[in-house]
Amino acid sequence: MVSDWRPTASLEAIKARAGLLSTVRAFFAARDVLEVDTPQLARHGVSEPNIQCIPVPGHGYLQSSPEYHMKRLLAAGSGPIYQLCKAYRDGEAGARHNPEFTMLEWYRPGFDLSALINECLALFGELFPGVPSRTYPFRSLFADATGLDPLTASDSELVTFAESHGAPDGLSKSAAVDYLMATRVETALPVEQLSVVTDFPGWAAALAETRCDEDGLEVARRFEIYYRGMELANGYQELTDAAEQSRRFRRDSELRGAQGLPPMAADALLLAALEHGLPACSGVAMGVERLLMAQRYSDQIADVMTFPQHRA
Amino acid sequence: MASYSTSEFKSGLKVMLDGDPCAIIENEFVKPGKGQAFSRVKLRNLKTGKVWERTFKSGDSLEGADVLDVQMQYIFSDGEFWHFMDTETFEQKQADEAAVGDAKQWLKEEDMCEVTLYNGEPLNVNPPNFVELEIVETDPGLKGDTAGTGGKPATLSTGAVIRVPLFVQEGEIAKVDTRTGEYAGRIKN
Repeated sequence: MVSDWRPTASLEAIKARAGLLSTVRAFFAARDVLEVDTPQLARHGVSEPNIQCIPVPGHGYLQSSPEYHMKRLLAAGSGPIYQLCKAYRDGEAGARHNPEFTMLEWYRPGFDLSALINECLALFGELFPGVPSRTYPFRSLFADATGLDPLTASDSELVTFAESHGAPDGLSKSAAVDYLMATRVETALPVEQLSVVTDFPGWAAALAETRCDEDGLEVARRFEIYYRGMELANGYQELTDAAEQSRRFRRDSELRGAQGLPPMAADALLLAALEHGLPACSGVAMGVERLLMAQRYSDQIADVMTFPQHRA
Repeated sequence: MASYSTSEFKSGLKVMLDGDPCAIIENEFVKPGKGQAFSRVKLRNLKTGKVWERTFKSGDSLEGADVLDVQMQYIFSDGEFWHFMDTETFEQKQADEAAVGDAKQWLKEEDMCEVTLYNGEPLNVNPPNFVELEIVETDPGLKGDTAGTGGKPATLSTGAVIRVPLFVQEGEIAKVDTRTGEYAGRIKN
C-alpha cells in the first residue's frame, strides 16, 4: 500500500493538463466570456435521480456541477460566463469516472443550441486540430443502430430489445434507452470524428427546453458530443420557465422516492432566480479529464489525474 | 454472507451469481449522458472456469460467496478423493476429481498447493508453479545433445508426460512449470 503514494499521471500528463487549462482560458478571454467561481459546497444538490450528490453533514452537499449557481449569476445579469471547477458525484467510479473530477461549464445568453454547438466545435478545433465533425439527430442515430424508433416504439419493445442484448431485468423505458445508447449506439459512432448528437428524447431533457420535432413528438433541445468513444460534452438550450422547472423538481422528487433514493429538496434559490428571469441562453458542460484522455489516446482516467480515488 | 453493491465491485471479489460462486475479473462503470448508470461486469465461474459477462444497474447488489484460498499440503489420493491438510491446524479436506482437475498430474505428496474452499469444501486446486518429479520412463537419449531439437517424451512418477531434452535419463528428477506443462530443468542429486 505504501508504494501507492506516487501519482498515477505521468509528469507529461500533468503538464498536458496545465496546457489544456491555459488553452481554455485563452479561448474564453478572446471571446469576452468571464471566468467565475461559485461554491462547491452548498445547501442543495442537484435533484436529478441519476446523479447522487455527496452529503457533507452540517453543510449540505458537494456540488455535482456549478449549474444552479451559474444560472443565478446569469439571472443577476452576469452576461456570458465560464467556470473551471471540481465537481463531485457519489458512486461514479470506473475506468472513465472518478467521484471527484474537473468540469468546464459555460453559458451563453442569446445563443441558441446550434450557436453553442459551433462554439464547442471551435474549442475542440484548438484541442483536437483537424478532426472532422458530423451531426446526428438522436432519433435516427438510435434507430440506425437498434432498428427501433426511441420516440414511437412501445415501452415493452425497447425493454425487451435491451434485455435481449444483455441489459438487467426490470428496466424502465428510459433506462432501457440509456442502456442501448451506452452499449450499442455510442460504440457504433466513428472513433476519429467529433459526433454531435442532438434532439434527445423529451424525457431526457433534464434542464433543457423541449420542442416538437417534425412528427410532433417531444424532443429536448440538448446535445452531446462524442469523440474517441467518449462523451465529451453535454449541452442544453436552458429551461428558463420557473413553473416548468418547479414541475421537473417535483417529478425528480417522485422518481427519487420511487427508486428509494435519498430525497433532494427543490432549490428555492434557483427557483427564485428563474422567477426573477433567466435570460434565454444555452449552456454546456465538459469533463476536463475526458478532454485530456481524448487528447492523449487514453482510456483510463487515472492516466490524467494526479491522485484518483484509490490514491487520494 | 455480506452482500456487495455495484460500487463495491472490484477485481477479485467473490460473489454468488445464478447459484454459483464467481470471481469478478473486471467491472466497467458505464453512464450515458445524464442517464441510468450501469456496471458491466466480467466474472469467472469458479466451478466451471467459464467467463460470464453481465450488466447490472448501478446500486444493484450481489451476495458475497463464501470462498477462501488457503495453502494446504497434498497428502495422498485413494483413487476417488485427493486429500489435503492444513499444516497449522492439521485439519484435512478431501477434493473430488472435478475440484482437482488438471492439477492431479502435478500433485506430489507433501507439496503445498493453493486450495480454493467454497462453503468450506475444496472447489479448486492449484499446484505449485514448479514441481519436481521423477522421470520413470523415457528412451535413452544420444550423448552430447544439448540443444533443443524438440526433445523426447518422458513419463513422470505422477503419470504426466512432458517433453524433455534428449540427454535427460530415467531416474532423474525433472523440474516442471505446471502453468505450461514444460520442462524447466533437472535437479542434480
